[in-house]
Amino acid sequence: MAKVKGDIVVDTEKCKGCEVCIDACPTHTIAMSEDVNGKGYHYMQNIYDACTGCTNCAIVCPDGVITVYRIKV
Amino acid sequence: MDGTITKEAIFKPENIVYKKTSLMTDNILSYCPGCGHGTAHRLIMEVIDEMGLESETIGIAPVGCSVLAYEFMNVDMQQAAHGRAPAHATAIKRLMPHKTVFAYQGDGDLAAIGTAETIHACNRGENFTTFFINNGIYGMTGGQMAPTTLPGMKSSTSPYGRDLKSMGHPIKMTELVAQLPGTYYVTRQAVHTPAAVRKAKKAIRKAIEIQQMNVGLSFVEIVSNCNSGWKMAPVQSNHWMEENMFPFYPLGDIKVDGKLIEKK
Amino acid sequence: MEKELRLMKGNEAFAEAVIRAGADGYFGYPITPQSEVMEYLMAQKPEEQTGMIVLQAESEVASINMLYGGAGCGKRVLTSSSSPGISLMQEGLSYLAGAELPCLIMNAARGGPGLGTIQPGQADYFQSVKGGGHGDYRIIVIAPASVQEMYDSAKIGFDLAFKYRTPVLVLTDGATGQMMEKVYIGEQHPRLTEEEIKEKYPWATTGKSGGRERNIITSLDLDPYRHERHNIKLQEKYKTIEENEVVFEEINIEDADYAIVAYGTTSRICQKTMQLAREKGIKLGIFRLISLWPFPKKEIRELSKKVKGILCVEMSAGQMIEDVRLNSVDGAHIQHYGRMGGVIPSPTEIFDFFEKNYIKD
Repeated sequence: MAKVKGDIVVDTEKCKGCEVCIDACPTHTIAMSEDVNGKGYHYMQNIYDACTGCTNCAIVCPDGVITVYRIKV
Repeated sequence: MDGTITKEAIFKPENIVYKKTSLMTDNILSYCPGCGHGTAHRLIMEVIDEMGLESETIGIAPVGCSVLAYEFMNVDMQQAAHGRAPAHATAIKRLMPHKTVFAYQGDGDLAAIGTAETIHACNRGENFTTFFINNGIYGMTGGQMAPTTLPGMKSSTSPYGRDLKSMGHPIKMTELVAQLPGTYYVTRQAVHTPAAVRKAKKAIRKAIEIQQMNVGLSFVEIVSNCNSGWKMAPVQSNHWMEENMFPFYPLGDIKVDGKLIEKK
Repeated sequence: MEKELRLMKGNEAFAEAVIRAGADGYFGYPITPQSEVMEYLMAQKPEEQTGMIVLQAESEVASINMLYGGAGCGKRVLTSSSSPGISLMQEGLSYLAGAELPCLIMNAARGGPGLGTIQPGQADYFQSVKGGGHGDYRIIVIAPASVQEMYDSAKIGFDLAFKYRTPVLVLTDGATGQMMEKVYIGEQHPRLTEEEIKEKYPWATTGKSGGRERNIITSLDLDPYRHERHNIKLQEKYKTIEENEVVFEEINIEDADYAIVAYGTTSRICQKTMQLAREKGIKLGIFRLISLWPFPKKEIRELSKKVKGILCVEMSAGQMIEDVRLNSVDGAHIQHYGRMGGVIPSPTEIFDFFEKNYIKD
């Protein structure tokens, strides 16, 4: 079975830290940063490197801050 | 094996599987963290983008939280007086029948002050699409009771909970307009989970396709959260919505191809 | 080419005129005494002639907001109503003025306040020329006094509306709307094509084709400093209108010792009053307002210097007279004569009042 690997790029300055994406992530790879952005929000990050590029986080993100990449490995 | 894949190898344009549509502007959304408005905006713009309708679309922003929708949706937009978006949309579509026209309205706008315009545009079978964001509260003015506020639900103007005897019942506008012969497609969706988003997007696309068929009004309600108004964290508000809003406002198609769906 | 002559009601002449002026859409709600406008349009089926849309809306509130939608797309749109319906439209008019949208509104005014009566009135002067809705804005107000002028006001109104991107109100009353006179029918002006609209009105929301940025039609700006600049721009526009668009008619003013100031129906009645005066050797003239806003400030000032007395005749408790007084020299003898509640004054009662108050003492 072909495996896939994904990753995300987050527009951290536009992330409002709502955590809706964390609730939607099937591999629990994302978590909030300890740092805050210019507006004082913690922002989401791909912390645990288990991303499959499923896009769930991006499509539920109300602020559209996530770009998702995926390759077959 | 995974360890051999570098970030550089993944972050190439050909590997992008999801990216915000260019029909959403780069302006930071004015909505609260976790608010479904942003997702609803994006889905509508994705559909307009994917259908190649960017240069033929005119949207109407209401009064309410989404009063500034024109700052975020990168198509021609008009901003309507409170409740009057269906009047705008009626005139625009009648004067330019080949354009794609949509009204984007909240529950206060569509189901209280704009009830007459909503009902009559639906009843005339105007060929535009209405997107109705129902979060059961007046968000922008600070969480007052809306026509769609649930029985017993607290708001700043029903601080002890909505008392049905003195404050009246929540109105199911979507079921109501489905009864009118002028509506062709009426559905209720949500945008709080990936599965709901995928379904909602299909419904939005269907609504726009129906508009192109010139067969009557297509009406998409999106039950959404208002975590600020409900005084909850965003994720908590989504769970509360599933437990409390969905039983009263059940998701799914209500009218398809001009026919009411039989409830089993 | 010989002009076509017809016998028509004022309301019908106006309806025919809007088709001929190349209107794109009429949106209205029935109300006496102007329902003939929509009835005439529905019967004519202009959609089959010129493509003009006619829609009976669910209310005046919906009608005026349909105008906003259509005007925002660069279309020539109009509505017609009477006093109570026009009151309902004031919110929409404020939005249209704020968003700088052109449109035409006809008010066949009746006696008020409230539901009032269905007989003619001129008590909507304040509402028409002082703003009517909320915020600092003005709209152009023109007052026809004959069926021919009802006809002509359609093309004039649309042209002014688009010249200045502003609503234009044709303020008439039940009398001029209902009376029949001969009227010369003008040529059919074509409706603009979408391409012409895009070229002439690049601000219009026609769909962002041709690689342009999106167009936004709004009256909202949450930045107070930017919004103040918008207000200043509006005020500058209103100043330009005041400088360029004042219209009036002087009847026997050259040799006049006294003048009646009036507009619309009362200005016609006062012509008989003038005759009665002149038969008695009293040199009475008439200054007829045609544009109520912009108001002929300079001309009224000059008039107040020239004559011994001015009589303002209105079918109201005295509204226009405030603008006459405001613009006259100090000490000018200015009085009001009016009837209210739908009563039309007779030439003789006006003359009696004039003679008693200006000649005998």
